[in-house]
Amino acid sequence: MTLFDRTLSQDAETPLLEVDGLTKRYGARIGCADISFDLWPGEVLGIVGESGSGKSTLLSCLAGHLEPGEGRVLYRGRDTVAMPEPARRLLSRTEWAFVHQNPRDGLRMGVSAGGNVGERLMAVGARNYGTIRAAATDWLGRVEIAAERIDDKPRQFSGGMQQRLQIARNLVTGPRLIFMDEPTGGLDVSVQARLLDLLRGLVREMGLSAIIVTHDLAVVRLLADRLMVMKSGHVVESGLTDQVLDDPQHAYTQLLVSSVLQV
Amino acid sequence: MTDQAYNFAYLDEATKRMIRRAILKGLAVPGYQVPFASREMPMPYGWGTGGVQVTAACLAPEDILKVIDQGADDTTNAVSIRKFFERTGGVETTEHTAEATLIQTRHRIPEHPLTEDQILVYQVPIPEPLRFLEPRESETRKMHALQEYGLMHVKLYEDIARHGAIATSYAYPVKVEGRYVMDPSPIPKFDNPKLSGSPAIQLFGAGREQRIYALPPYTEVVSLDFEDHPFEPSKADHACDLCGAAETYLDEVITDDRGGRMFVCSDTDYCTGRQAAGHRGRLSPEDAA
Ligand SMILES: Nc1ncnc2c1ncn2[C@@H]1O[C@H](COP(=O)(O)OP(=O)(O)OP(=O)(O)O)[C@@H](O)[C@H]1O
Ligand SMILES: [Mg+2]
Repeated sequence: MTLFDRTLSQDAETPLLEVDGLTKRYGARIGCADISFDLWPGEVLGIVGESGSGKSTLLSCLAGHLEPGEGRVLYRGRDTVAMPEPARRLLSRTEWAFVHQNPRDGLRMGVSAGGNVGERLMAVGARNYGTIRAAATDWLGRVEIAAERIDDKPRQFSGGMQQRLQIARNLVTGPRLIFMDEPTGGLDVSVQARLLDLLRGLVREMGLSAIIVTHDLAVVRLLADRLMVMKSGHVVESGLTDQVLDDPQHAYTQLLVSSVLQV
Repeated sequence: MTDQAYNFAYLDEATKRMIRRAILKGLAVPGYQVPFASREMPMPYGWGTGGVQVTAACLAPEDILKVIDQGADDTTNAVSIRKFFERTGGVETTEHTAEATLIQTRHRIPEHPLTEDQILVYQVPIPEPLRFLEPRESETRKMHALQEYGLMHVKLYEDIARHGAIATSYAYPVKVEGRYVMDPSPIPKFDNPKLSGSPAIQLFGAGREQRIYALPPYTEVVSLDFEDHPFEPSKADHACDLCGAAETYLDEVITDDRGGRMFVCSDTDYCTGRQAAGHRGRLSPEDAA
């Protein structure tokens, strides 16, 4: 790297997330091992791999839900593993968002749609009912839920609607980084497609960075700029999504891609 | 007659010391729920065994005890607890708020202003104000520790969304000295302003849930609300039909099977006192004076 290049890259933005040597074990069993990567502002990273390959473990460590055994995670230069829990919890309700595969894990089922969306606003100090209600109405619209459903409980919604509500609830405070674990799992194909469209629009519009875990290569093809392929807790291949999918180098990735083509 | 089979006020001294330590910690950290090892009491949980244990730990032989339930001294619950301490402690009891040194209560704060010489003990069924929306104890404890109280406002938001106004009228959540969010026990929200700045010591005991919390004298207690839906300590829009009081909390009483009804002070001692002093209401007997 020339001096000129170095100056350029310093002037450019620094990574949003810097992950270095991240390892998580469950007793003797490996959850994920020696994971390193950078995520840049506005970038969408896909994580694919078979069941048990460590995708959820990695995501949970990144989002601060699990404590990694080794390694470092820097968010905008701050060490999220070492920071005190209150600071980390504050990040997770302001700068971060987390969309669970099962809406039940990400929604308050006993609270109305409006209350679900408003919760993060109230958590950061919003104390005007009218303002909160207006923001909730606006966000329901953005995820294509009719305003008149604002007082309905999530259990009165379809699976796809619940997932969209979860997204609205997460994005209302304008986070920078969204973690998603199988956000389209368990949904019908047509519902999946609509949700993916919506997600793609929101990610672009808000300039969000995202890390999306999925079994489904079609999902990463549509959403992810870059791809990491995991097997037995390790990253076996990574690169630009199209490159990895069109010209897989690792035997396991080749298997993964070919099994999709057979479907 | 004191029943000699028991220690003074039923509980043994070691248990009282344990409870007093919890009370002192509660007073040192106003609004914080202190765990304590609740004892079996010879009465059902619904009767306020938490309050009874706190009372037992505070009671001294020279105390004058008053017990109220929904504002009345003569309900089964109030009478039984009063009798319990007459028997096990031999303490003097009263129905007059002003005469009492220790008042155990369920569902009300007396209308008569309290003084620095008094302790008010509340019976608490569910001490955790966040329980309604977050069932996990590990999580609610963390929320208190980190002052993550957004959820409390979600509850009020739901109220307004459903009813057009904050419909919570009992156990209305409060913030203590700008720090802990607290459930004031199922008192009507009409009583909430009396929690704040009270000269008396206020102690809260939850038996089944094994928690004690406290408000030392002159503690600031603020009822939660929204800027555009401010807290209102509402009451029935009537005066008492027996004593004419316009500023007290009223019970609605059905008087016959043709829809007849009257409004009377829920605080029976206060109402009786006013009537004795010559105050009259809409339904007072003409010749009663
Ligand atoms: N709580 C846990 N205790 C013990 N082992 C666990 C735990 N959670 C996950 N594991 C193990 O860690 C490894 C990685 O699991 P993880 O859930 O991260 O995989 P995954 O890629 O998300 O799988 P899936 O696609 O099925 O969701 C697996 O071997 C799993 O059995
Ligand atoms: Mg998983």
